[in-house]
Amino acid sequence: MGGNSIRDTFFEECEELLESLVEGLSLLEENPEDMETINAVFRSVHSIKGGAGAFALDRLVGFAHAFETVMDKVRDKQLQIDEKLMALFHRSGDQLTDLVTAARDESDLNEEAESGLIKELESYLGGETAQEDFNFDALTLDFDGPAVEVPIEEATPSERAFTIKFKPDRSLYENGHEPLLIFDALAELGALTVEADVNDLPSFDDFDPNDAVISWTLKLVTGDTETTLHEVFEFVEGLCSLDVSVDEAATEALPQVQAELPGPASASPPEPEETPQAIAEQPTPSAAAKPAAAQSGGGAASKESRGPKPTLRVDLDRVDRLINTVGELIINQAMISQRIEELDLPTVAHLTNELEAYKLLARDIQEGVMAIRAQPVKPLFQRMSRIVREASDATSKKSKLVTVGDSTEVDKTVIERLADPLTHMIRNAVDHGLEKPEVREEAGKDPTGTIRLSAAHRSGSVFIEISDDGAGLNRDRILQKAIEKNLVAADAELSDPEIDNLLFLPGFSTAGQVSALSGRGVGMDVVKNAVQALGGRVSIASTQGKGTTFSIILPLTLAVLDGFVISVADQTMVIPISSILETIRPNPRDIHLVGTDSEVVSVRGAYVPIVDVASSLGLTETKEASGTGILLLVSTEMQGMTALRVTAIHDQRQVVIKSLESNYAAIPGVSAATILGDGKIALILDPEEIIKLGHSSGPDLFAQQARMELRNV
Amino acid sequence: MSEPAEVRADTQFEFITFSAGGQNYCLEITQIREIRRWTPVTALPHTPPDVLGVMNLRGAVIPIFDLSARFGLGKTPANERNVVIVAAVEGTTIGLLVESVSEILSVEKSAIQETPDIKSEATRHSILGMISVDDTMVRVVNLEAVLEAGKGLAL
Repeated sequence: MGGNSIRDTFFEECEELLESLVEGLSLLEENPEDMETINAVFRSVHSIKGGAGAFALDRLVGFAHAFETVMDKVRDKQLQIDEKLMALFHRSGDQLTDLVTAARDESDLNEEAESGLIKELESYLGGETAQEDFNFDALTLDFDGPAVEVPIEEATPSERAFTIKFKPDRSLYENGHEPLLIFDALAELGALTVEADVNDLPSFDDFDPNDAVISWTLKLVTGDTETTLHEVFEFVEGLCSLDVSVDEAATEALPQVQAELPGPASASPPEPEETPQAIAEQPTPSAAAKPAAAQSGGGAASKESRGPKPTLRVDLDRVDRLINTVGELIINQAMISQRIEELDLPTVAHLTNELEAYKLLARDIQEGVMAIRAQPVKPLFQRMSRIVREASDATSKKSKLVTVGDSTEVDKTVIERLADPLTHMIRNAVDHGLEKPEVREEAGKDPTGTIRLSAAHRSGSVFIEISDDGAGLNRDRILQKAIEKNLVAADAELSDPEIDNLLFLPGFSTAGQVSALSGRGVGMDVVKNAVQALGGRVSIASTQGKGTTFSIILPLTLAVLDGFVISVADQTMVIPISSILETIRPNPRDIHLVGTDSEVVSVRGAYVPIVDVASSLGLTETKEASGTGILLLVSTEMQGMTALRVTAIHDQRQVVIKSLESNYAAIPGVSAATILGDGKIALILDPEEIIKLGHSSGPDLFAQQARMELRNV
Repeated sequence: MSEPAEVRADTQFEFITFSAGGQNYCLEITQIREIRRWTPVTALPHTPPDVLGVMNLRGAVIPIFDLSARFGLGKTPANERNVVIVAAVEGTTIGLLVESVSEILSVEKSAIQETPDIKSEATRHSILGMISVDDTMVRVVNLEAVLEAGKGLAL
């Protein structure tokens, strides 16, 4: 494995280069004149060629060379980018991607398409053939440009350096105090240096182990006040001699600590007061470099102004291990807080402050760690443009992909696992959604259909929408098909959304015949399952003649969520806060019985059905305890507004999501579990499922069914 | 579904014996991670009665099965001597509630007898073999089978 590491790096780089290639091409489509973009595309192709040459990947080199030569012509303004050339570039980009993949997997690739493309590319070169030297000289890699973009955290100007002379008395030790603990507490306030003074240490024969002979000189750089500092020594006051002074000299020595940081930090001036200025200066080189690069864009390719930001490649396992540990830290922090609260100490004022600080720090660490996993959806979206191209070619439809919000960051796992469902949905949108160009023109639409792919963060969730401006869902046919396949009863009266949702049933496919693209037995149910496995949902909205929109709603992260800690029938549970609109302590008069066992509550004049969480989970609750309880108003995609009845709400906190599936199995109504401050496990509820369970048959029936399945194993 | 007894090359095997539902069972010692005292678990909704709930094992959520109920011998009555055997199989960690743990049994491979051809398919599947110790018989639990049945719910 180790011998291939350079090769692996090459392919990793290739992936990035291809990404920027695709990005560049799509930018070119909007602005074919932009020399910067042309250069960027050229560079990507060129770098791939160069790397491939080093590994003797001849086919890749050959193709990249043909591609690059044409790009070079464009760069020299000998060629104008028109629609045809643009399409060729796109296809060449796709081919290059395939070639890279083939080279990586050492698999074989159909040469036909490749040679056809090379011919097409060469046709743009007129008389001169692609036989010129493979030229690597034109490019000088310029890595020492404005590379440092990371703002370095500077010490806040309010930081001061204290010198503390600390000489414990004998009584300090007799009272069981430990200087080390004090030093630890000080170290939490800031950068601490400790010096022990052992001059008073008597000769061995005179040594009295009970006597306090060692004194310390401590230097502390902190943003906290002297009062905070004294608080640390609060318990040893009178048991030692203590002298705290603000040390000017030490304050100036502060940058020495910072000098260890790489890059411009070493340039920080001696006086912390001047620090803001220093920060302001740092971005200047990069800001200056950019316009310069833009102006001379037509020249040599050595300007790396669009070069990628410096990144660090880290094994994913290491990140995950860190995330897990941080998860434990959060739980541990919650436990400590709870334990201390239980102690009910009389004077816990600063203990509470410290705890609060601890909590904030733990959260900061967690957010930072989570950010490592978060990645923009851009590469994923870019891959989709190829799908759209291929799908339109195969179905002889005209379509273009518009992406919105591709800088939206989502957890890496989500991105990885979303690729397949998204591909499927995009294909569907082109294949089933869009009409043929003639039909579109007849309907007075642009013959080129638009597939819109958008991503956005909304209230703790990620919304991904795939919409087409096609004909919309043919509900009659969907219903007919579902009846044919015995998925619904022939006389079923279904509302429009219900019909739309039939698409998600397993074994449903409307395509009359199996086309080359979709309808290969992989239905929307697979999409739905994939999204649900990520803790998300899919929904459809369709307007006749206007188009169809599929919305995927995903949790932002797979690791933590903000939730209400609630109790349901004596059990502590957590419900995601994002799903709750409001909480109501209902007036018994507002609750009305409908039928024999259904209840509604009137909320500002509207009647909202009540679902009892305990009974929909199959937990028995004594009648009198059920009472009115507390209602959590939730709005769901499928069921609209519903009130969930729980016994009480205790707390609001961030909880670490622990999968139930990893050691057991998925449980209806429960999305995951978490560990509370007391070390107990609480289940995290899935409101949508709970409501579904509440609406459908009784829980007993469900348990019975589960039991049956068990027997069948 | 390979028998652990066959995977090992040496002929000496160690088992931990315990009792569940009044019967003697054992598990090969390599499958057992730890033995804990019974602590209340968090019950799971919509689960069969032999799934007692989940428990926090140093940050991991592990399901606890009542082995007696799993084998159709009725629920394990609450008792101070009840323990949870934490076992790992195929990367999954589970806990088994048993009445009590007895001893470590060291036997030759030849001492493990195959399950005789008994009528019940389920029983035959959940028992890998039998060991006779003095006058009693100890059944070797097929941990995979216990787990499989638990996972059946996910289908």
